[in-house]
Amino acid sequence: MTMAVKFITKNFGRYDIRSLASYMKIGGLTALKKAIQMPGDDIAALLTAAGIKGRGGAAYPMGKKWLQARDIKAAEKVIICNADEGEPCTFKDRTLIQNDPFNLLEGMIIAGYVIEAQHGYIYLREEYSYLKSILLNAIEQLTEKNFLGKNILGKKGFDYELHLCSGAGAYVCGEGTALVESIEGKSGRPRMKPPYIKQCGLYNHPTCVQNVESLSLVAAIVNDENNIYQKYGTKGEKNSIGTKLISVAGNVKQPGVFEIPFGITIRDIIYGLAGGVEGQPIRLIQFGGASGKVASKDILDTPYSYEHLAMAGVGVGSGAILVVDESTSVIDFLITTQAFFSHESCGQCAPCREGNRHIRLLLQKIKDGVHTQADIEKLNSIADIMTVSSLCGLGQAAQNALKTAMKVFPDEFKIMEEGVKIG
Amino acid sequence: MYCLLIYQENLESAEFQTGFEGAVFMSENILERVLTRELARQIDGILSNYQYDASRLIGILLDIQQIIPKQYIPEEIAYYLAQKLNMKITNIYDCITFYGSIYSKARAEYPLQICNSIVCKVKKGERLAMDLKKILKVEINQATADGKFIIEMVPCFGACDVAPAVKVNGKVYGNLNNEEKIKAMLQELV
Repeated sequence: MTMAVKFITKNFGRYDIRSLASYMKIGGLTALKKAIQMPGDDIAALLTAAGIKGRGGAAYPMGKKWLQARDIKAAEKVIICNADEGEPCTFKDRTLIQNDPFNLLEGMIIAGYVIEAQHGYIYLREEYSYLKSILLNAIEQLTEKNFLGKNILGKKGFDYELHLCSGAGAYVCGEGTALVESIEGKSGRPRMKPPYIKQCGLYNHPTCVQNVESLSLVAAIVNDENNIYQKYGTKGEKNSIGTKLISVAGNVKQPGVFEIPFGITIRDIIYGLAGGVEGQPIRLIQFGGASGKVASKDILDTPYSYEHLAMAGVGVGSGAILVVDESTSVIDFLITTQAFFSHESCGQCAPCREGNRHIRLLLQKIKDGVHTQADIEKLNSIADIMTVSSLCGLGQAAQNALKTAMKVFPDEFKIMEEGVKIG
Repeated sequence: MYCLLIYQENLESAEFQTGFEGAVFMSENILERVLTRELARQIDGILSNYQYDASRLIGILLDIQQIIPKQYIPEEIAYYLAQKLNMKITNIYDCITFYGSIYSKARAEYPLQICNSIVCKVKKGERLAMDLKKILKVEINQATADGKFIIEMVPCFGACDVAPAVKVNGKVYGNLNNEEKIKAMLQELV
């Protein structure tokens, strides 16, 4: 089975990321030139044929999202590139911006053409402030050569501008409505829905939010005349077409970002691409960032795909794979994860604000070996209440790791004899 | 009483006697005066980069924070912005207190930000924090006496491939898994 492949990463290292001319020398912007000769619906159809699901974590079909955004009639529409990659263990978008910024922007311009938007915003997390100059320089050069601005490439009425906005260290701003609030200069507290941002988002304009990786796929898909992308992936009734960028870290020898075809096994990823585990055996693997679910090492021979991971009780999420060895206990792992969510909860809704805090306190009791059956029941009930009643995805997903860990590692939650400590 | 004296001293200082625009409107309760004429000029420059657009407040606050010694937004500056952007001071503070990367208290010339999320934890990031505390002889969130360093614990900043890592003024130092590497980083900074 092929291990790492080059489709979305094919430009990495092949051009000077500070130079538009250098990007054009390796075929940059040919996709845009081709795209503006095509009806927008056909471009969305290409994305649908390639089966691309949003890479931010929600996995919404991208072609469908573009068609819906295109069909909304409004005087002004907005596209946002969500570069607020805040899930711990996720650093694939950083790699894309560092190695191929022009390709991302080309994808954003094509999105502008298809959706008929006038403005595109890149919301870059503050933690990546060192990438700002790369993007600003690329926007400036594209504007200079009229790939941005008025009547782009001579196409009358194709007016589109790009703006770079900075986040300021708030995980919750990865959520669409919070992100929009933040760009508007406010604190990033999620809005009530409806209205959804696709109808009423940034400055009340219809807004289409896409992840960096999703947008970085666009130019390559438009240029993919021989359908090379569709040859990668899993086959079957439920399938995962193409390739995926994953970020592997934790107790592995060679952490990093890899482009894999869907369908290679978790073992191929951890022991092949990431060089194997450091010294101790694997205790658990978390998929998709801090809000992702966990599995034991029994998952190693499962193929990495949307359908196989779902069957195994986890998910692709942000594409992160965190390997934790036996030097960290399950309860310590969960305490750190829950502390992260306590810190990042915006505090607006009670289930998330209080739930995360109380889960953390209960986990500490388990660590100290002083918990009772009532505490375990309370953990379950708080987690369930958060899932159904939190205002946004943060509170709904914060206890994913806890809930799956309780299923996969029941012994870690056992009521201990008096005076015995674990963790 | 001591604070009051500083306040009066500041009021009498040459900078404030000139009565330039920023000084007049502010709450009389602000005790820490930092807004010199030069700083006001620099802030105005940043504001005009953003076309005095209040909806771009986050970028404005981040840029201003970088030019203030010890990298924070002093209360006096917050009031100055409220006036210049025609905003309510509560809206300014809503952002200052909400966002993790905007600070309302003085920090240091080199804030050493250690990731406290799960990847750095499994890569023994706690030892990194302990080593730094030992070398600098300070606690977390406590600045060194010379105002050069402060150790801050922050959530994941996406340097998991080089964990355990420290971020200092926008630059990442990775694989800090022994004391020599930590000392080399500190040496490079000063």
